Amino acid sequence: MHSDPAAIKKSVRGYFMIGAALLVFTGITVAANRFHFVVPVAITVALIIAAMKGSMVAAVFMHLNHEKRWIYGALLLTVVFFIVLMFVPLLTVLDHIGTPLDTLRAAGERAGH
Amino acid sequence: MLNAFCIQRFALQTIMNIPYTVEERPDTGLANGRLGIWLFLASEVMLFGALFSTYIILRVGALEWPHGELSITLGAINTVILISSSVTMVMAWASLKMREWGKHRLYLALTFVLALVFLINKYFEYSAHLAGGEGPWHSTFLAIYFTLTGLHGLHIVCGMIVMGYFLGPGAKMWKTSPEQFVNRIEYTGLYWHFVDLVWIFLFPVLYLL
Amino acid sequence: MDNATTVGAVAHGHAHEHPHEELPFWRKYIFSVDHKTIGIQYAFTGLLFLLFGFCLMMIMRFQLAYPGHPIPLIGNWFGPDKAPGGIMLPEFYNQLGAMHGTIMVFLGVVPLAVGGFGNFVVPLQIGAPDMAFPKLNMASYWVYFLGGVTMVASFFVPNGAAQSGWTSYPPLSVIVQGGGQTMWLIGMVFLITSSLLGSVNFIVTIVQLRAKGLTFMRLPFFVWAQLVTAFLLLLAFPPLEAAGVLQLMDRLAGTSFFMPSGLVISGKVLTVAGGGNPILWQHLFWFLAHPEVYVLVLPAMGIVSEVIANNTRKPLWGYRALVYSIVFLGFMSFIVWAHHMFMTGMGTTMSAFFQTTTMIISIPSVVILTALLLSLWGASIRFTTPMLFALAFLPMFGIGGLTGLPLGLAPPDIHLHDTYYVIGHFHYVVAPGTIFALFAGIYYWFPKATGRKMNDLLGQIHFWGSFICINTVFMPMFIQGLGGMNRRMYDGGMLYGHNANLLKWNVVIGFAAWGLGLFQIPFIINFFSSIKWGTLVDRNPWQATTLEWSAPSPPGHGNFLTEPIVYRGPYEYSMPGAATDFTPQFEPERA
Repeated sequence: MHSDPAAIKKSVRGYFMIGAALLVFTGITVAANRFHFVVPVAITVALIIAAMKGSMVAAVFMHLNHEKRWIYGALLLTVVFFIVLMFVPLLTVLDHIGTPLDTLRAAGERAGH
Repeated sequence: MLNAFCIQRFALQTIMNIPYTVEERPDTGLANGRLGIWLFLASEVMLFGALFSTYIILRVGALEWPHGELSITLGAINTVILISSSVTMVMAWASLKMREWGKHRLYLALTFVLALVFLINKYFEYSAHLAGGEGPWHSTFLAIYFTLTGLHGLHIVCGMIVMGYFLGPGAKMWKTSPEQFVNRIEYTGLYWHFVDLVWIFLFPVLYLL
Repeated sequence: MDNATTVGAVAHGHAHEHPHEELPFWRKYIFSVDHKTIGIQYAFTGLLFLLFGFCLMMIMRFQLAYPGHPIPLIGNWFGPDKAPGGIMLPEFYNQLGAMHGTIMVFLGVVPLAVGGFGNFVVPLQIGAPDMAFPKLNMASYWVYFLGGVTMVASFFVPNGAAQSGWTSYPPLSVIVQGGGQTMWLIGMVFLITSSLLGSVNFIVTIVQLRAKGLTFMRLPFFVWAQLVTAFLLLLAFPPLEAAGVLQLMDRLAGTSFFMPSGLVISGKVLTVAGGGNPILWQHLFWFLAHPEVYVLVLPAMGIVSEVIANNTRKPLWGYRALVYSIVFLGFMSFIVWAHHMFMTGMGTTMSAFFQTTTMIISIPSVVILTALLLSLWGASIRFTTPMLFALAFLPMFGIGGLTGLPLGLAPPDIHLHDTYYVIGHFHYVVAPGTIFALFAGIYYWFPKATGRKMNDLLGQIHFWGSFICINTVFMPMFIQGLGGMNRRMYDGGMLYGHNANLLKWNVVIGFAAWGLGLFQIPFIINFFSSIKWGTLVDRNPWQATTLEWSAPSPPGHGNFLTEPIVYRGPYEYSMPGAATDFTPQFEPERA
């Protein structure tokens, strides 16, 4: 379809190498867990490693590195809305601007910190 | 008028076939199924996205978040299993492209087996918790853990059903329409890699963070 | 189109067919993979559900006009747990309310607008033999049907149907006993799955199966509308599916996704783990439900555009502006949802963000409405029945849209939230708005589907009666809302002193609702009698320019007798130098 048998043979080597790289990164992920980072740093590190692994799967196994524009467009749109879904509800919960200070203080005391 | 109707129907039947089911449309460069499966995966991104968003909100709102309740070893093993299954899945497709039917069958069967092992591991993980009476009702952490991995597991089961079909009765299409069969294996692969991708994020988020 | 590769492999149910063998009845009409049959199935089922939802509303409106009075004639049908002695219990009112909304939105309007019109018209308008995935199309319909059956069945379980609003907010929706709410959630999962499968089908069909010469900027606006709608369904529905699963788990597995800690119900502390967040449900629900309201309106705008272009004998004004606006509208619809949540205690920053995006989203709506209005300027208007409904859509949607503005700004929303003003606003956009556009579509495309025209006199009666009655139903609601009358009160607001002067409107609205119902009778009679006895017409009775009018009426399997080729844009009416006042897309260039 988008490559002939000879080209596929070359890609096969790539598949196994990416597979190995993914396993290595998995090892790194578990190893990184041993360092007790502060939560925000831990999240950042974990997500960066996961993102790298994910990109490899997407680019190589899912052939995204030579896909067509319609696919890229649909995925870009999805990624934008995915980010919105991750962050905006969180922001509405975290956003205390406008809440009177003593309400905040009282809520904090009830929650125990 | 009845005659005209019959002739019309006959003519239409011979014209009726859906273009670009196998060959690519020139201006988009896509076959229908490829666009279709990617769109479906886009919706799946939003589905798991909602659950990740739930995780974020619940964790941010929690006074304390449990650690060490899950077996990192089992999780890591399952990660290795799924990554390997992604390799075997893409090899199943690549073998078909290189017209190596035997290798294709081997790789596809391997993928199926690896998926089964993953599920067996999850069974052990789940029963360990449930035996102690700690189901999803026990805490918000376990609730989101069971839901995220449960939905993911359901996707694995669906993937296995599709693979089983292509190992079984669906394999006939290799004889009748090889190009279309190769496409279908490719689309199955895309779905399977997506399932792997979700786990790549699930593992650190649930087990490590 | 390579026949050699596809003949043996076409797996769309035709590979084993002989060209002149008739399919058995159940494969031709019940489990059909033909988009036209599926479209008609969706349309009939959708119209039936609209009627059912309408009946639910009529029962509610009786209670609101005469609270505590036994329901006449059918009062004893509901049983002692819903209406003892024919007098409606509050629980039953809530069931009617929740199910009226759910049924109208998810079982009525969307299946008709997208499943019905989309399925029937889109492949014809783009010159395709069918949808890209005919079997998937059939599956979508039957999953929708299953969802519908589940929803209706929920009335008959102990404790009745869902009664926490169509919005199903926790903790109420989680603690309500009985199977009804659970069945609602299961029904929603079915409906969402159906929509997701359908949306994939629509996008692939529109992108891949356009006829030769049909570039994107030559697409009829109706197809653009369906394309954007499909993207909305594809990306916005999954979070609600996830949320539905979460609420099911809260109800059935005792989880606390949405159950906060320390919740006390009837003096007893709830024994759940707690730690959940009810606002989380609202976010996930409205993330879908806001794009959903654009799903309700976009196909309607598409239909109205087709009918207006055809009956003004002029090209639509500002085709490019319309296309850019509808795409922008679709995008923006994903980032306005929390304007339904201004009263949940959001901080001012996020509140400002959502107010801003909501104000911005009104711009493309206004552009579209203005373009359609400008299309009337200097036109030779033919006041056919579809045109009457299409013309009415413009001011009705205008009223609906304008009344949305104070709701989209947080300060006035403090006063108007959860009042009848909101009900008036959203009904104006959907009822005299979308549903009128859907009627326009039925009258317009009926000849294509059946080869006969509907009766014009009955159509006019249907229109004028509905138009007057529907405005009488919904306009007073703005008065009630501004006066502070809350929604979802089973006694019609009697309990609150400030409603005293507003109660009389309930009686007015009740009578108008009856009138509205009665004026649908000419439509129903017209519809069915025209199928058998309507005036026979040729393939292009409206002298229209788009591709579907080149197919036979009704089109056979595969739609077109010869491969359709497109030579020009979709609305070339009254072109200078042309022999007639319309130059169809499919007519070759004259030398």
